[in-house]
Amino acid sequence: MVWVNAVVQGLMLGGLYALFACGLSLMFGVMRTVNLAHGDLSVVAAYGSLALVDSLGWSPFLTLLIVIPGMAIVGLVLQRLVLDRALGISALAPLLATFGLSIALQNLLLQIDSPDSRILPIGSFGIGSWKISGQLSIGWFPLLTLGVAIVVLLGIELFLQRARLGHAMRATRDDPATAQLMGIDSRKIYALAAMLALATVGIAGVFLGMRTTFTPTSGSSYLIFAFEAVVIGGIGSVRGTLAGGIVLGVAQTVGAQINAADPILIGHLVFLTVLVVRPRGLFRSSVLA
Amino acid sequence: MSAHAAATPDPAGAPAGSGSGPRVRRSARFGWISFVIFAVVVALMALVPVTESVGNINNLTQLLILIVMGVTWNLLAGYAGLVSIGLQAFIGLGGYILLDLADNNAVQPFVALALTALLCGVVALVSSFVVFRLRGGYFAIGTWVVAEVFSLITQQINSLGGGSGTSLDALSYLEPITRLKDVYWAALICAVITLVGVYWLLRSRTGLALTATRDDEDGARSLGVRSTLTRRIAYTVAGIGCGAAGGLLLMSNLDIVPSSAYSVNLSAYMIFIVLIGGLGTIEGPVIGAVVFWYIQLEFASDGAYYLIALGALAVLMTLVLPGGIAGLIRRVTHVDPFPVGYTLASEEPTSGGAEGP
Amino acid sequence: MSSLEVESIDVHYGDFQALWSVDVAVETGGTLAIIGANGAGKSTLLGAIAGSRRLSSGSIRFDGRDISDLPAHARVALGITLVPEGRRLFPSLTVEENLTIGAFRRRKGPWSLNRVYELLPIVANLRQRHANQLSGGEQQAVAIGRALMNNPRLLLLDELSLGLAPVIVQSLYAVLPEVSAEETTVLLVEQDVGQAIAAADRVQCLLEGRVTLEGDANDLDRDSIRAAYFGI
Repeated sequence: MVWVNAVVQGLMLGGLYALFACGLSLMFGVMRTVNLAHGDLSVVAAYGSLALVDSLGWSPFLTLLIVIPGMAIVGLVLQRLVLDRALGISALAPLLATFGLSIALQNLLLQIDSPDSRILPIGSFGIGSWKISGQLSIGWFPLLTLGVAIVVLLGIELFLQRARLGHAMRATRDDPATAQLMGIDSRKIYALAAMLALATVGIAGVFLGMRTTFTPTSGSSYLIFAFEAVVIGGIGSVRGTLAGGIVLGVAQTVGAQINAADPILIGHLVFLTVLVVRPRGLFRSSVLA
Repeated sequence: MSAHAAATPDPAGAPAGSGSGPRVRRSARFGWISFVIFAVVVALMALVPVTESVGNINNLTQLLILIVMGVTWNLLAGYAGLVSIGLQAFIGLGGYILLDLADNNAVQPFVALALTALLCGVVALVSSFVVFRLRGGYFAIGTWVVAEVFSLITQQINSLGGGSGTSLDALSYLEPITRLKDVYWAALICAVITLVGVYWLLRSRTGLALTATRDDEDGARSLGVRSTLTRRIAYTVAGIGCGAAGGLLLMSNLDIVPSSAYSVNLSAYMIFIVLIGGLGTIEGPVIGAVVFWYIQLEFASDGAYYLIALGALAVLMTLVLPGGIAGLIRRVTHVDPFPVGYTLASEEPTSGGAEGP
Repeated sequence: MSSLEVESIDVHYGDFQALWSVDVAVETGGTLAIIGANGAGKSTLLGAIAGSRRLSSGSIRFDGRDISDLPAHARVALGITLVPEGRRLFPSLTVEENLTIGAFRRRKGPWSLNRVYELLPIVANLRQRHANQLSGGEQQAVAIGRALMNNPRLLLLDELSLGLAPVIVQSLYAVLPEVSAEETTVLLVEQDVGQAIAAADRVQCLLEGRVTLEGDANDLDRDSIRAAYFGI
């Protein structure tokens, strides 16, 4: 039963990782670039939420109403000021620029706040759970996180498959020059993708902050987890990203049962194994392939 | 890049534009001047321990290590088109291999340094088979995961001090002042080998294959260039360079902790050095290392502000001055001090007919 | 009144000049064929009109409006649609999604999914297939359908026949009269001179980026075409 519990907890932890991963996956899927400040921006969102909680006395859930559109605007600014220019310089430039941004953001947060760890308070909901047996219980909050991850990821997939702008996004991804010849302004599509991606980064950051403590430098590990989820699931597949997040989550929680000292290491090793054995990912589909 | 510098007629051949067809040449008239300057600087640097104070020697050792790191990172990003944020894997590994060889296996420390560099090259070669399955930004993060794995594994090894770190004892047979000087000379030798080695590599067939792959991988492959193999060579060389840098860092600082030996900040430093100096130039990372070293000496005590400024500077340099200081100098003076590419010495008049892409 | 007026445009690729003071004029509803050897600048001319190539000098007017500085996507909104060389379908989209992308600007007009399926029955049978699973002829038919979905007033066709069997080429050109019947101006580029002359009412020949011949499709004789085509 201990093992069943580990798997169930991993499943729900995976929801958080999938939430982190979908923005990374979307940006790569549409713009073919990786935002190395991805994790740090989610931590910025968590601090933003904390500031609203502290100053207005809001519940962290309520702050999502401001954090999500706020982060979408950050995405627009990031696209217009940094990525747009960088993409025009070289394929390496967006990586270098966003890495510089990552270092600057981490230290800016250190300067504004402190290295102390913070948490977004959600009261008894955070510890409430549904006890199935002595050793197996399902926490309300982790379950909600998994549910939100599923809704967000399926929503993005539905958007890409059904919506007019979703089609335009896939067309731009396939061939930006020809997409222009269909009347699609690729700059607007990129801006939209960045806004959507950063909106999900905002959700991920707030849920991270409600689940566990964070510091100004927490972003790095979540960038890595998001990336591992994307690769395990299969680059470019939205559904795969959800599955990849879950595999990583389960690997970490089951890993903790095997070697309590280092669950993260077990997660990394599972990732590297997938990379060697199935470099195209476990659940490759063709939505954004 | 610098057509003007190369436009002088080839002394050995027919004058330019004589109608004998396009001719290709490589060294520009400034090539040998650069080498004289390089030799003089190295000679002066070698004499530093005779005159300078102890504190300065240690600072200059740090500068030389930064040069090794910058040149190495630039080989990957500037010439092989591979941005990595995980080369700290080999810097940390270099420190710990040296520690194990010298302290636990009684290998002479300076011999151990050479062995360390080579072993790190082997590990880089092996790990390339994993990380080369990823491209672009995902390659960058993939190498970082490898560094994290090395760090987490190192933390589990008690004989290397585990997570709380340890010190190098093997150099205690030397007087502190002698040790500083010897480590300085070792760092100078490493820096010279790295610079000359990378320059030589880039002027070889491998270097040509590397830049061809960077500029157009499919095109290069279609001409028979073994793209993956050449990238693997570059990655292995990067492993050797970073291994040496890691070993030198340990010999210079004497203390080692996994969290800083494998810190992603080391990648940040390499990126700053190369961005400030000039991506894809030989002299760029040297200039960048000097600038970064100076900034670090002056402002590192300002903590977070200093890193905020560096991060912002990296963004700005990427967007506004992608060629860095070296690129700026080249643009103003039209001089390529260390030409590694080929330039057209004379050009046949192009006839119309070829339609663009 | 002329629908399209290209006035003495120059286009460069770096140092190489691809077009030298080229003039083109097409009447509304007319069909002009641009012929010329490989590398004569035909595709460059279409790219310049569609907005994917920048002009070094000269101007392009469409229905009296100067469009020289409009980006490609804005020209699509005016009804200028290019069927690019090599088809360039979106491989990860299905055929029907490729067609709906053609209607991205939601221009009003006679063409709709159903009408395109009527005009090109082979496309109707492929709706759910992915674009990268189609033969060259099928791809070209989808590319034409995709362009019609924009309800074009100026349709630019780049090397429709490239790499296709003559029977298929004929069936593709057979749809042009119905397109022209909707008051759509057609500008087509062809290496296959016979095909081009059969489909067009006017013909212009390019040689090394310059116009060397211009005339009614019915009036041109083989010798003058050969002279203009090869420059001899």
